[in-house]
Amino acid sequence: MADADKERVLKDDKSEKRLLWVSHMTRIRDTQDKAAFAELYAHFAPRVKGFLMKSGSDASLAEECAQEVMATCWHKAHLFDPSRASVATWIFTIARNRKIDVLRKQRRPEPEELTWGPEEEPDQADILVLQEESALLGQALSDLPPAQRELIQKAYFGELSHSEIAAQTGLPLGTIKSRIRLALERLRHAMK
Amino acid sequence: MVELMNNIKHHLTDDILMGYSAGTLPEAFNLMVATHLSLCDTCRAHLEGFDAVGGALLEDDVNTVVQMDENSFAATMSLIAGGAPDSIIVTHPTGTLPAPLQDYAGGDLSAIKWKPVGMGVKQAILPTSSDASARLLFIPAGAAMPDHGHQGTEMTMVLQGAFQDEGGYFARGDVEVADADHVHTPTADINEDCICLAVSDAPLEFKGILPRIVQRFIRI
Repeated sequence: MADADKERVLKDDKSEKRLLWVSHMTRIRDTQDKAAFAELYAHFAPRVKGFLMKSGSDASLAEECAQEVMATCWHKAHLFDPSRASVATWIFTIARNRKIDVLRKQRRPEPEELTWGPEEEPDQADILVLQEESALLGQALSDLPPAQRELIQKAYFGELSHSEIAAQTGLPLGTIKSRIRLALERLRHAMK
Repeated sequence: MVELMNNIKHHLTDDILMGYSAGTLPEAFNLMVATHLSLCDTCRAHLEGFDAVGGALLEDDVNTVVQMDENSFAATMSLIAGGAPDSIIVTHPTGTLPAPLQDYAGGDLSAIKWKPVGMGVKQAILPTSSDASARLLFIPAGAAMPDHGHQGTEMTMVLQGAFQDEGGYFARGDVEVADADHVHTPTADINEDCICLAVSDAPLEFKGILPRIVQRFIRI
């Protein structure tokens, strides 16, 4: 197989996996599907635990917090918006908030919430595009030169302060940002 | 709902948004970001882009995967069976202050207990962790704040009225980010009293000895 084809297969594979997690979330939200949750758990709980340990937590606290983060995924499944975030991104934000609560012992001010009402759901096409954009962003991050990638990891695992981050403008965020902006506009319109 | 502002010209910077996404900012800075995002979908989309970077790191970095304990899943299922914890509901209040700020101020503008700091300027310090400070500032229409420089990073966001300084004209929703060595003299617009949220990770330094003494007493 040519390299370009391999890349495409890899990309499609990652994009499909993201869509699979989205449908798991829908099953958890609509039918409290424990089998779907078990698969989500097997994949994400060890990642959340690792993220918390890299951020300075010991193993037993990270274990406890990872369990709480996953329980939150179950309880807040109705708040997940697949036209704005991949499941990995959404779980990352829950884990990050837990990190601030428990490790940094601070309150975390949150912006006013934007959610779809019970009668409205995001458009399927918007979901597909956003999930694909998330896969592409993941690929672009993997393709960064190792030194730059390491700097970004340090920023996210809390080893750099905001003034040391000095704006990683090399991040390929242009497309995903404009997709999210579009999703927000539709949501605002639906909320009127 | 506090209305969305589509004419914001001065936005949060990338390093601040990335720090908010990573969860590494002081509480007072998080308050600034949450307040601005409540009014600005441009920055909200920008932030969610940075969140997507965090998601990609979580998803793709196999080095950070740590096996869960035995019985971990069962423990989680019993956590779930115990019911959802009380969640903080971020409402959409009416008024001048966006929800996160009303939460810290104990209500909208009428709830604020202002303390005069001289020349008609008033302030109210908001309770946050001590690694940075957050305050609301009231500057009478047309008045100037004294010249001041900074040691750390200071961000000022307009909530009512407007001010002008060397960096430009700032109206509701606009944020000015000032780094160390940045000396400025903001002047409130003549049409309306100006109310701002100001956060800083170091005390402001006023030029001249008298203000510096006063500073110790009023925690400016």
